[in-house]
Amino acid sequence: MDEEKIIVCRCEDITLKEIRDLIKQGFTTVEEIKRVSRAGMGPCQGKTCGPIIAREISKITGKSIEEVYKPHNRPPFGGIFFKEIVGEKNEE
Amino acid sequence: MKNKASVVIIGGGITGVSIAYNLAKSGLKDIILLERKYLAYGATGRCGAGVRQQWGTKQNCILARESVKIFENIKDELNVDIDIEFKQKGYLLLAFTKKEWNQFQKNVQLQNSLGIKSKLLTPDEARKIVPFLNTDNLLGATYYEKDGHANPFLTTLAYAHAAKNLGVEINKGVEVLDILVKDGKIKGVYTNHGFIETEKVVNAAGGWSQKIGKMVGVDLPVYSERHEILATEPVNEILGPMVMSFSYNIYCQQTPHGSFVMGYGPNESVKSVSSTWQFLETMAKKVTHLLPPTKNLRVVRQWAGYYNMSPDHQPIVSDCKAVEGFYMAIGFSGHGFMLAPAVGVLMKDIILGKNLTWDVVLDIGRFERNEIIKEPSVV
Repeated sequence: MDEEKIIVCRCEDITLKEIRDLIKQGFTTVEEIKRVSRAGMGPCQGKTCGPIIAREISKITGKSIEEVYKPHNRPPFGGIFFKEIVGEKNEE
Repeated sequence: MKNKASVVIIGGGITGVSIAYNLAKSGLKDIILLERKYLAYGATGRCGAGVRQQWGTKQNCILARESVKIFENIKDELNVDIDIEFKQKGYLLLAFTKKEWNQFQKNVQLQNSLGIKSKLLTPDEARKIVPFLNTDNLLGATYYEKDGHANPFLTTLAYAHAAKNLGVEINKGVEVLDILVKDGKIKGVYTNHGFIETEKVVNAAGGWSQKIGKMVGVDLPVYSERHEILATEPVNEILGPMVMSFSYNIYCQQTPHGSFVMGYGPNESVKSVSSTWQFLETMAKKVTHLLPPTKNLRVVRQWAGYYNMSPDHQPIVSDCKAVEGFYMAIGFSGHGFMLAPAVGVLMKDIILGKNLTWDVVLDIGRFERNEIIKEPSVV
């Protein structure tokens, strides 16, 4: 399959090719790739793309998954509307 | 990693890479930059990404004004193909108290005298810029359309690439363990990857700069303060400027990407080192009150980072009388990212023994000389 047509991060539309290019440029942890590409900054917060990116890094660099992927997801666990926090009813 | 350097820069945030780039640009060879984690791991990568020139002291105004000139022409300056997502849609600063409004009038006068064409606005005029702004109890505002935003990760990366192109060695994952000083002079740096012989060290370690000071036996007059921040999912553009209030204690901006980034000053009653639910709750109340349409935004992520605070809320960009060869660019007090382009130029001047490019007094000796004018406008 064409790596330019495989979407790794669905929230931010980032392809497998873009991820592989970043790894080859020296971004060899999931945290670094997140910061330069926004992969993992969307609504799912990297729950989908994080493990996929980790596997790619591991394949290209030979490092173990544990070394390149230390998920410490920042809160909240799932997206939440401000109106839900301040107590207003969700109109949707 | 090389074991000998003309200068070792400690810290891979925006300040460190800007200094590295400016030194290399002026022809200095064998520069090594050390970063304990990865580029922009600390305050740079955790900041609010704002770029403003509406300050209350001459020095901060000059540093910000000159930095914006560099941000505006960053591609020509650095000659790298990275879009730093620079946007200029202004900062709208809100005054809710008499004291604040008086200060703003003085600030605008100062800013105008330095070529920063900020304006005083009535609440109605402020609403023309942000139509959904809640103007209850608002006395007035100031606005400057050339303020704005840049992406801190990509700006750091752009400077780092430019520095590498000029021969700087950038090492991530390298932690400084100690600094060797003999007879009051820098002799080298011990790291977890070995010793580097050098006569010059630059402390650009941000939230950890005090620790670096202790390694050479200097007690730096800075401390690190934890601040929290959050981001929402991206939506279509509804907010142009950064909206900020010191008394209501908030800043909020929509980035070019579409997400909103917002925060407020430190909450000392919370002991956590990372983000807290108390912040999320208070932030939600504040922002939905001031900017009501934000109630329909979904928060996706919150985090915390350090402001490295100096006694007068202005940076310390200085050599060190007690230790020859020790330099510091520290104490940015929450605005290091936006000032870094100019700070890199000034640190290059200091290290190369040249006259400062701009008329500012940022040396550490100012605190002993009692030449302190405190910056009044910090969130």
